[in-house]
Amino acid sequence: MLVPVNWLKDYVDIDMDVKTLADTLTMSGTKVELILDASQEISNVVVGKVIEMKPHPNADRLLIAMVDVGDRVLQIITGAQNVKAGHYVPIALDGAVLPGGMEIKTSKMRGEESQGMMCSALELAMDLNSLSEDKKEGIYILDGEHAPGTDITKVLNLEEKVIEFEITTNRPDCLSIIGIAREAGAVLKVPYRKPVIEIRKTKGNINDYVKGITIEEPELCYRYVARVIDNIKIEPSPQWMQKRLIQAGMRPINNIVDITNYVMLETGQPLHAFDLDKVGGREIIVRRAKDREEMVTLDGKKRILGAEDLVIADEQVPVGIAGAMGGEFSEITRGTRTVLLESASFNGYNVRMTCKRLGLWSEASFRFVRGVYPGLAETAANRAVMLMEQLGAGEVVEGVIDIYPEPVKTKHVEVSSDRINRLIGIDITAEEMKDMLERLEMAVKADNGMLSITVPAFRQDIEVDYDIAEEIARLYGYNNVPKTIMEGSWVQGKKTLKEKLEDQIKDVLCGLGLYEIQTYSFESPGVFDKLRLPEEHHLRRTVEIKNPLGEEYSIMRTTLLSSMLNVLSINYNRGIKGAGLYEIAPRFIPREIPLKQLPDEKLTISLGIYGDEDFYSLKGRVEVLLDELKIRDYSFRRAQHPSYHPGRTAEVVIGEEVAGIIGEAHPDVAKAYQIDTRVYMGEIDFSLLMEASQSEIKYSPLPKYPAITRDIAVLVDKETEVGRIAEAIEETGGELVEKLELFDVYTGKQIPDGKKSVAYSITLRSKERTLVDEDANRIVKDILDSLMDLFGAKLR
Amino acid sequence: MGGMSPTKGAVEMQENLKAILQNALQEVSKSTDMNQLEVCRVKYLGKKGELTVFLRSMGDLPPEDRPLMGKLVNEAKDRIEGLLSQQKEVILRAQREERLKEEEIDITIPGKRLLRGKKHPLTKTLDEIKRIFMGLGFSVVEGPEVEWAYYNFTALNIPENHPARDVQDTFYITDDIVLRTHTSPDEPRTMEKTKPPIRVIIPGRVYRSDDVDATHSPVFHQVEGLVVDEGITLGDLKGTFDLFVKQLFGEHIETKFRPSHFPFTEPSAEIDATCFVCGGKGCRVCKDTGWIELSGAGMTHPKVLERCGIDPQRYSGFAFGMGLDRLTNMKYGIDDMRLLFENDIRFLRQF
Repeated sequence: MLVPVNWLKDYVDIDMDVKTLADTLTMSGTKVELILDASQEISNVVVGKVIEMKPHPNADRLLIAMVDVGDRVLQIITGAQNVKAGHYVPIALDGAVLPGGMEIKTSKMRGEESQGMMCSALELAMDLNSLSEDKKEGIYILDGEHAPGTDITKVLNLEEKVIEFEITTNRPDCLSIIGIAREAGAVLKVPYRKPVIEIRKTKGNINDYVKGITIEEPELCYRYVARVIDNIKIEPSPQWMQKRLIQAGMRPINNIVDITNYVMLETGQPLHAFDLDKVGGREIIVRRAKDREEMVTLDGKKRILGAEDLVIADEQVPVGIAGAMGGEFSEITRGTRTVLLESASFNGYNVRMTCKRLGLWSEASFRFVRGVYPGLAETAANRAVMLMEQLGAGEVVEGVIDIYPEPVKTKHVEVSSDRINRLIGIDITAEEMKDMLERLEMAVKADNGMLSITVPAFRQDIEVDYDIAEEIARLYGYNNVPKTIMEGSWVQGKKTLKEKLEDQIKDVLCGLGLYEIQTYSFESPGVFDKLRLPEEHHLRRTVEIKNPLGEEYSIMRTTLLSSMLNVLSINYNRGIKGAGLYEIAPRFIPREIPLKQLPDEKLTISLGIYGDEDFYSLKGRVEVLLDELKIRDYSFRRAQHPSYHPGRTAEVVIGEEVAGIIGEAHPDVAKAYQIDTRVYMGEIDFSLLMEASQSEIKYSPLPKYPAITRDIAVLVDKETEVGRIAEAIEETGGELVEKLELFDVYTGKQIPDGKKSVAYSITLRSKERTLVDEDANRIVKDILDSLMDLFGAKLR
Repeated sequence: MGGMSPTKGAVEMQENLKAILQNALQEVSKSTDMNQLEVCRVKYLGKKGELTVFLRSMGDLPPEDRPLMGKLVNEAKDRIEGLLSQQKEVILRAQREERLKEEEIDITIPGKRLLRGKKHPLTKTLDEIKRIFMGLGFSVVEGPEVEWAYYNFTALNIPENHPARDVQDTFYITDDIVLRTHTSPDEPRTMEKTKPPIRVIIPGRVYRSDDVDATHSPVFHQVEGLVVDEGITLGDLKGTFDLFVKQLFGEHIETKFRPSHFPFTEPSAEIDATCFVCGGKGCRVCKDTGWIELSGAGMTHPKVLERCGIDPQRYSGFAFGMGLDRLTNMKYGIDDMRLLFENDIRFLRQF
């Protein structure tokens, strides 16, 4: 909200610079966004005291003035006849800039030096309409005495600053000049004034002009106040009013409309003026619109309304949409003779829904949405008709029609000063609190530390003791509240098992050269096609967003693969040779569709690598991860998944459960993500890792007896999986096999077609004794025999 | 042997021995490598070496001269052996010096880099925040991202018709289920489950219907803090948050609390901190104010406490919430929020 400072000064005495004012208000909760300067450009114009006026030796019509400008006396040549010795006048010094950019220089006039210029009101771009006749012509003679040399903008109040406030939603009472003045008065401990309302003359009676006013929907319209002004003379509003409206961000239109806007800005009560002659039956009915009822609003647009919209109607048709905009037909025009002034309170939520649907936003609807206190309606209406009378816009008709079915009640709060002190952490007396609250127009009785508070009805935000504490805290100054360290029971900060594990997994994966990524949790349903998931695939059952930003962000992801592939693709297509990434994030699995309960958020680890990598470098990382988590009983099983390469995919099995899947991306999937190289990826369930992970570490003693290592190389069929061979070796060797290392798989020269050579290094060790060569020979022979039996393996 | 003068033969042999010893010592000390040294050793001490031969020739001496001669020969042998091993040391040392000299490398050649990944900058900042708050006795709790509208709004004193519930701001799944718009729903969730004293921080991912640009993202992260105990004050909120900010950003950072409004706190505050970029002098980032908004906070509203079964007459609490993404951006000087979610590895490598 834009508040011209000079307007504010009408209602509160502010004796500080605007910056200090802004800071003070901000720190008490009325936040200043910006300070705008709307002043005309005037510089180097100061107060001068005329010491002497004497004739110009070379020109009859010119005078020489000797003027004290504080630090020196200047000689100024002038033609003005209204200046006398002893007058205080505005002096443009050498180098001064006047509105419009005119620059003043020392010059010679008829042989005499003129070291500046005396200024008229016009030259200072003052608002002539607000000046008395004698000030309009000739040099502007200042009233009273001033220190010579003082900046004229300060003396003549030419400084035009506008403060932009950001008012929090709980303080609609601050959406007005008077509201801010009241707040400033309370904070700065200076008195504030309300406008004095005085109507000099009235004619006739409103009941002869208006047939009736009915509120059909008291839930949506809390109060409706009407006044009538007759013999309207439409003309532009005065300069000063126009200037203030413009500074406050509104466009001047004509005197009647400008007055309604002016009073709205001043009091916070939106007003609307109808051309009474255009109100059918001279009757106002506040009712819901009929289904598909139409009307043309002030902006010339046809609006189609419905029962959810509240309208101001005459006996037949709507003449305005409540709180939003008036109708074009009953608009104030040059021909308007009689005005019906509406000052009403509408339900903010209803106004908001209507304005949102119609895309209609205005200063008025903004205030209704935040909440206009119904108590304002009559005051604002009276203030407006007073201005209409003052500005000669028309004649005020006697009487007010005021429909106010359920007047807002004042509230009472009881709270002890002790409780307030304890909530804030300060120590002030009940009397001090009473003083603060009274500055906020609360009626307070302080009795033995108990405060009994009557809250003014315009403060709709205050209900309970905590609200009072906030008022005390902000007037005391949040910054004056001492910073303290919490007392009370000591609590130990702990990490959950889940967090510890997550930290550990991140550490391990980073240690394995992978970077952590973070990606959006919603995505497009189109990703399932890119991932080659068939129509009925269970991952296609998703949590759908009803109002997404677009289709591409419309479902909560059920797999992390698409996000991973997107990131790999971004990196790949930016020419990065290789990347290894992981993400730990939930997948959102609906328990039923449509959702009746919250979905299962399954925390999942996704992995993705490309570059100088292969299936085994991914698998190796997973193995290290599982080892680091002390997960013992894991294995890899050949698997099929539509998103993966059919021959290069494995399930990660822990115990009996499938904890995840890893493998090479199916070439069509890689292609769908514009990746023109092999990509390895995987997803592993976090909670299964958490279940299987052993956090306790038990040391096992170092071996006492030496080991024997034997290398064997066997020829087997090419199709034989080495994993099976390893299993067979371990089974045959039993617990004497301490370590088994595959060190070569070879096909090619010297190897028959359809065969491969597989070489293992076997470390044998007994816990009970030193093994000798004979033991090793026997075990290796047993192993070879079983490999022969199982796979037809021959020793190379 | 006293009194007896050596025979003429013995004197001659002594002379010979002296000459052998002289020669041997000279040759050994002149040896510059192990081969030469070995040659010397063989020449004098070997089976056919000069000293060995000399020793054998001692049989020609009269028996009374033998003990003395024997002693002299042994002394000579000891001296040669001693010098041999001494010279061996010298040679080895020289050789080692030589080798070390030859082994000099160009230490300006780049090191062999071992690959290590990095945590995402958001995680790094969050880890730091967790560390600080755990030191203050806070535990970490987490809640669902797909949340009941009840916890996201109603339990937080946000009424039915409040604009925050608008579809422009909130993503809806059903009328009753939303993507949480803040981490605050985990305040009532925590208070329902735990009796005071409560000291938790709640990090998490939140969603708002904002289009993507340099400063907005429909997905972002918050860290919420909640304390409930007997006698908790607004001063405690100030003290705790100030301590946190100084630990995260440095002792020179000041905090400023100004009144604000949130439905679930009362009194409410907006917390500003000294601009990290300009140190409070005023710059583009802080819009020349010297301050940047860091957090919304306040005393937990009594209605919120009550709804969770906590007696507001006995207990009070405070809560604060801050944007993790914003904090991270400020901490590292990141000027575009999109970078956080794009995950270009050249970006991720920098943290």
